[in-house]
Amino acid sequence: MARKKIREYDSKRLLKEHFKRLSGRELPIRSVQVTEATDFNELAQTEPWLLSTKLVVKPDMLFGKRGKSGLVALNLDLTQVSNFVKERLGKEVEMGGCRGPITTFIVEPFIPHNEEFYLNIVSERLGNSLSFSECGGIEIEENWDKVKTVFVPTGVSFTSESCAPLVATLPLEIKVEIETFIKTVFDIFQDLDFTFLEMNPFALVDGKPYPLDMRGELDDTAAFKNFKKWGDIQFPMPFGRVMSPTESFIHGLDEKTSASLKFTVLNPKGRIWTMVAGGGASVIYADTVGDLGYASELGNYAEYSGAPKEEEVLQYARVVIDCATSDPDGHSRALVVGGGIANFTDVAATFNGIIRAMKEKEAKLKAAKMHIYVRRGGPNYQSGLAKMRALGEQIGIPIEVYGPEATMTGICKQAIECITASA
Amino acid sequence: MATGQLFSPTTQALFYNYKQLPIQRMLDFDFLCGRETPSVAGIINPGGDGFQKLFFGQEEIAIPVHSTIEGACAAHPTADVFINFASFRSAAASSMAALKQPTIRVVAIIAEGVPESDTKELIGFARANNKVVIGPATVGGIQAGAFKIGDTAGTIDNIINCKLYRPGSVGFVSKSGGMSNELYNTIARVTDGIYEGIAIGGDVFPGSTLSDHVLRFNNIPQVKMVVVLGELGGRDEYSLVEALKQGKVTKPVVAWVSGTCARLFKSEVQFGHAGAKSGGEMESAQAKNQALREAGAVVPTSYEALEIAIRETFAKLVEEGKITPVKEVQPPQIPEDLNTAIKSGKVRAPTHIISTISDDRGEEPCYAGVPMSSIVESGYGVGDVISLLWFKRSLPRYCTQFIEICIMLCADHGPCVSGAHNTIVTARAGKDLVSSLVSGLLTIGPRFGGAIDDAARYFKDAYDRVRIDRHYPGIYIAGLTPYEFVESMKKKGIRVPGIGHRIKRGDNRDKRVELLQRFGRTHFPSVKYMEYAVQVETYTLTKANNLVLNVDGAIGSLFLDLLAGSGMFTKQEIDEIVEIGYLNGLFVLARSIGLIGHTFDQKRLKQPLYRHPWEDVLYTK
Repeated sequence: MARKKIREYDSKRLLKEHFKRLSGRELPIRSVQVTEATDFNELAQTEPWLLSTKLVVKPDMLFGKRGKSGLVALNLDLTQVSNFVKERLGKEVEMGGCRGPITTFIVEPFIPHNEEFYLNIVSERLGNSLSFSECGGIEIEENWDKVKTVFVPTGVSFTSESCAPLVATLPLEIKVEIETFIKTVFDIFQDLDFTFLEMNPFALVDGKPYPLDMRGELDDTAAFKNFKKWGDIQFPMPFGRVMSPTESFIHGLDEKTSASLKFTVLNPKGRIWTMVAGGGASVIYADTVGDLGYASELGNYAEYSGAPKEEEVLQYARVVIDCATSDPDGHSRALVVGGGIANFTDVAATFNGIIRAMKEKEAKLKAAKMHIYVRRGGPNYQSGLAKMRALGEQIGIPIEVYGPEATMTGICKQAIECITASA
Repeated sequence: MATGQLFSPTTQALFYNYKQLPIQRMLDFDFLCGRETPSVAGIINPGGDGFQKLFFGQEEIAIPVHSTIEGACAAHPTADVFINFASFRSAAASSMAALKQPTIRVVAIIAEGVPESDTKELIGFARANNKVVIGPATVGGIQAGAFKIGDTAGTIDNIINCKLYRPGSVGFVSKSGGMSNELYNTIARVTDGIYEGIAIGGDVFPGSTLSDHVLRFNNIPQVKMVVVLGELGGRDEYSLVEALKQGKVTKPVVAWVSGTCARLFKSEVQFGHAGAKSGGEMESAQAKNQALREAGAVVPTSYEALEIAIRETFAKLVEEGKITPVKEVQPPQIPEDLNTAIKSGKVRAPTHIISTISDDRGEEPCYAGVPMSSIVESGYGVGDVISLLWFKRSLPRYCTQFIEICIMLCADHGPCVSGAHNTIVTARAGKDLVSSLVSGLLTIGPRFGGAIDDAARYFKDAYDRVRIDRHYPGIYIAGLTPYEFVESMKKKGIRVPGIGHRIKRGDNRDKRVELLQRFGRTHFPSVKYMEYAVQVETYTLTKANNLVLNVDGAIGSLFLDLLAGSGMFTKQEIDEIVEIGYLNGLFVLARSIGLIGHTFDQKRLKQPLYRHPWEDVLYTK
């Protein structure tokens, strides 16, 4: 699904590998990834430079401002690196309001340097924009006025003329080297379907560019074209996104099917739970509960779409119902089985899976005093809604069922009334 | 992007990658709107051409199918919309090829997951050449009463409910395709309906943007107000904010950006649409709603209030006299499809074929009710499969083993018999496997290979015959004596099938016959038919030394014992099995193995065309 951040280690791996392929020249980049599974002795055998060079170690977890947060250690030997990692591996940190454990580090040679350059490429609607500055590094934001930007429209090649505004003020002895570097990095950006790439900073080592810090995002819909070029690439989850067992179960289902199945618990003690068809509609249901002032009661975000099979819907609905009905507290809860008016999804077919799950979980639903609100339209919706109504009578659980004659989010209001009336 | 109308009631499209349902839905919509021409002029199916039959109302029409985009455009120069149902892998290339055709103005891309860089190329080309791209990752769009892309607006019932068969006054644009249909319904409830609705798709960079379409709607006189449903992520809504601020949009705009819930999530979230990703504050739903509100759009406080905002905005326009009342029309009835009607239980239709031996509809295929997994896991053999598919029951192991032995024994009989000869000649003529096989099989009949069936029939008839005792009328005697049987056959001029061999003699029995007899005597509960055949043989051997029981006779008689002795078949079933030629089936099946072998043998040996030598033919008058 679209733009995905990759680890610094992978960004540098791709840069090194494809810089050579596209320009024929080698970049002296060296780096290794360190996780819980890493054996430092083995690592030192395959990467002997780790023993002969002073090193830098930092978390490789898709978050920035590591230097400012004291998470970067410079000029260490391998034993010191190992200790630094040991002290921090698996420890929770808070970055930008998100908490999570550090699981991955990157270790590189310590590069003493004078200048710090900044390079950034962003994919935009009509082309790509490149930004460059001679004053990169940790103070880039303070020096933002020194950043120069050029825009390369789609289909236009990036020539020396278009690059000129970026490097015009550089001293002659490094100008050509940096211009060639920027041009090759831009080629890599396009050739590998990057959507974002940033080096802050890169330095010159023996006159050759060397990225000290690098961030990258790839367009994962282009995976089918880049299988070989990307190699063994990872798309880690955003920092702080730790999945519960139920969430990873649904995540696993989602990865295996051509349909889309999403599930995020927002508040395990929430009393309004949702199970909504459609990417657009699912967001709106969650919005509406929040916009009506009951965000704190919203248990989850859940979306299913792309015509999942009955069996997949069944497994999915089981998980949602299990979470929604856990720890009954005597107060009423509401489950919103929502959706817009489908264009082509067979409503009755997808409802079959939900209905099967509800029958299985009858006792749990009753124990949690669950009220169910259904709203859906689309092909075969009459038969789907009729089955839902019949289910209510059959298992004796209050189920309110609406079709396209009702507003889409009207049942959110009802769900709120249901839980507030009982509170 | 071009300004103004994209479609009209005469717009025709080319449809790339044949999909029956969306095309039929387009044609049903056409009929509902009273269009004179179908909105799909041609179909492009790479690698195939011809015609595709579809319904246009009650009538069937044949829509031309072309194998190339260029060919389709040349054949239908007035079709200016290209509807692309290609997969995400090939959608970009085919869309670019379509955009390069001078006759194509609008390309709609349905696939989700088109790489961003590919879409950007399409956007660049479309801008430079004044063309419009809708999508990717969209259901398409609709101009009420005129033209509809693919699956847009769903079922016919929904289209009628939302009055999409005739134009209203509202222009609508959304990111989400699913929500577009919901909003057509909402808008129909509180206004005079949609004039045009477009879903731009959920990607980061859609081919055309919310503001592109709002600006276009502003130039269409029939559109009196615009409804926009945006989404968190991206900055597209800000182009609309700019346009509103600059006064480029003069019609009332009701807008809502969904995704206010993103702030409930602790870390960055990717929602269902690729472009719906919580980024910076600017890209949040809250910020965009605020900016739109400040720029003069009507922005409600929640999605729930969107309907009210639309209703009030429309009511105000009515008050101001800016809405011309829509002339209501009664759309024609669309005949219901048989499948739909059957599904809903309204009609029933007779089937044309009945099958009782196997079923491939479930999780796994079943042979006579036994699922494939138990067949494999229980270690069934070919004999068991034959008993399931031919006799519709599981026979005891000794029976299926007997069947397997028969197949092994009959699999081949050398290259000189007529079947193998034909197969060899055909294979050498350069024909394929199936032709070579069937040319051999076609020789099987009364003179070649048919003897098992006949032997079984005649032995059974003779043994089962009930006759009145010549000396004591009133007493019934079972079976003809071998003497009576052989002599009665002789009288009819029929050689006793199953008796006689070209080489084997009374003192040099056929090894195969001995094996079969031993198996029968060891494993069968009863071998009465076989013993009868042996008695017949004993008599025929008195006439000539080569009139031995041959392999056909042994199989035929033992098979009768299998049927009668296993207790698994009624008398009626046994009669039927013998009557309709099951035993011949056994021979055909077995010999196919050999004939296939001969075909491969000849091909492997690269044998040239066979020609029979002149010397071997007697030419005579």
